Amino acid sequence: MKTFLILGAGTGGTMVANKMIDILDMEEWRVVIVDRDETHYYQPGFLFIPFGTYSPADVVKPKRNFLPPQVDVIFSDIELIEPEQSRVTLGKAKKKINYDYLVIATGSHIHPEETPGLDDEAAWMKNVFPYYTLDGATKLGNFLKFWKGGRMVLNIAEMPIKCPVAPLEFLFLADWFFHERGIRDKVDITFTTPLSGAFTKPRASSILGGMLDDKNINLVPDYNIMEVDHGKQVIRSYDETEIGYDVLVTIPTNMGAEVIGNSGMGDELNFVPTNKHTLQTDKWENVWIIGDAGNLPASKAGSVAHFMLDILIENIHRDMEGLEPLPNFDGHANCYIESGFEKGVLIDFNYDVEPLPGKFPLPGFGPFSLLKESYANHWGKMMFRWMYWNILLKGGEMPFESQMSMAGKWK
Amino acid sequence: MTTLENITLNDDGYMTEPAQWTEELATALAEKEGITLTDTHWTIINFSREQAADSGAAPTLRQITKGAGVTTKDLFKLFPKGPAKKVAKISGLGKPEGCV
Ligand SMILES: Cc1cc2nc3c(=O)[nH]c(=O)nc-3n(C[C@H](O)[C@H](O)[C@H](O)COP(=O)(O)OP(=O)(O)OC[C@H]3O[C@@H](n4cnc5c(N)ncnc54)[C@H](O)[C@@H]3O)c2cc1C
Repeated sequence: MKTFLILGAGTGGTMVANKMIDILDMEEWRVVIVDRDETHYYQPGFLFIPFGTYSPADVVKPKRNFLPPQVDVIFSDIELIEPEQSRVTLGKAKKKINYDYLVIATGSHIHPEETPGLDDEAAWMKNVFPYYTLDGATKLGNFLKFWKGGRMVLNIAEMPIKCPVAPLEFLFLADWFFHERGIRDKVDITFTTPLSGAFTKPRASSILGGMLDDKNINLVPDYNIMEVDHGKQVIRSYDETEIGYDVLVTIPTNMGAEVIGNSGMGDELNFVPTNKHTLQTDKWENVWIIGDAGNLPASKAGSVAHFMLDILIENIHRDMEGLEPLPNFDGHANCYIESGFEKGVLIDFNYDVEPLPGKFPLPGFGPFSLLKESYANHWGKMMFRWMYWNILLKGGEMPFESQMSMAGKWK
Repeated sequence: MTTLENITLNDDGYMTEPAQWTEELATALAEKEGITLTDTHWTIINFSREQAADSGAAPTLRQITKGAGVTTKDLFKLFPKGPAKKVAKISGLGKPEGCV
């Protein structure tokens, strides 16, 4: 028997497991997937928890529900990967698995300890909250429910972060939430970011920046946080600019899984160096990447993992047949951005084409307005949760193409 | 000799023809940013150019601090206000990625 091993049963790993059982001859192959956590988190839903739109129960389901019975599922820590030996060691009973093919789907995770003072016990989860974890999002929700107003600061510690639009969405939703609660005039919202504008790409950055302005949200660009001084309730940048807060919402440094670093497979942030067009790792022919775990200059998002899927599967299949992988991944990303008041903005882009205005033609559902607020875009985002649980994870057909199309975009 | 007068910079201030880069030009580009280059500056510039030759992209802040062995705090003193971008400009490289 040959072994097809998948590390991580989040968005990417789950999709790959579902696809592989259709492709591989199960008499010849064993498909194994390992994850430490039995719960699958719908991470895009974390955004809505601080504002009470979703409750924690809306964003969790057992991982088993999404993995086919033919797949060998092991719940355990992954302790070490030895790519030269094609071998992985698990935490559970120090079990070793030899593989023929490996797909790494261990994602990206927040590391508040990278910023001095950020996770000090005196303030962490008291008036300093992350919302990139279910625990943080839930505690922030409890805090905001009773908050009387003051200075809210949202800080991005360092790029890259997963779902780079999520901070903007948080700000827009916060503005709406405080309006609804009738305390918007008592809340001062400030966004501090290491980027030079609201977002990474110029056209989108200027349009989204304008929306921050309209909503009276202060933007502090080029802000590189050095430390959090929770005694004084300020964040301090490397050039000694202090910004005061009453509640600090943080997007800490994002890094790949620790096991990647411990196995010597990652870059300085534990992301695995990967060919950005084929999804094969640079160093090991039988090791492939899906989702956030690689160092590709594409957005780290569930939609991107989905666009990688068919290309990855085809390339692995070709490799098994002795053919060269095709350089077909173009960095396609498609993100609904919640903008509050039941509206949203949609952006669609890839490595070469920045988000442009226009219409996104989605057969059966669309068209959706690009780079422009609309009610339909908000509805698209809310529909995404259903599609995620029912279609996307199971590797089903989504009404999106893997490669970006220029149809409907205005240049 | 290439001087500031006969090179072109794009809207963001990065050199459009990186092949024209010379050490003298770096000194001139640095002066334009108000920086007088010391040995430590040069360690960082040399590291960044090597890294870019390898990877095809200007290094991020974290890559510079880790690779050239300086602290982030010192890097901000050496290249005030946005060191990753300043290093890239002075080293004749494109805008640092890491922003996607
Ligand atoms: C607040 C927020 C909002 C978001 N909004 C959107 C959105 O609107 N649209 C969108 O497309 N994307 C969004 N995303 C991003 C999206 O959730 C991720 O990009 C996607 O889940 C990545 O999939 P993945 O398979 O790479 O990693 P994950 O789904 O994170 O899975 C990684 C898995 O690896 C496991 N693992 C890691 N290390 C180990 C180990 N050592 N041992 C055992 N198991 C391990 C983890 O337990 C986890 O199950 C959002 C994310 C956040 C946090």
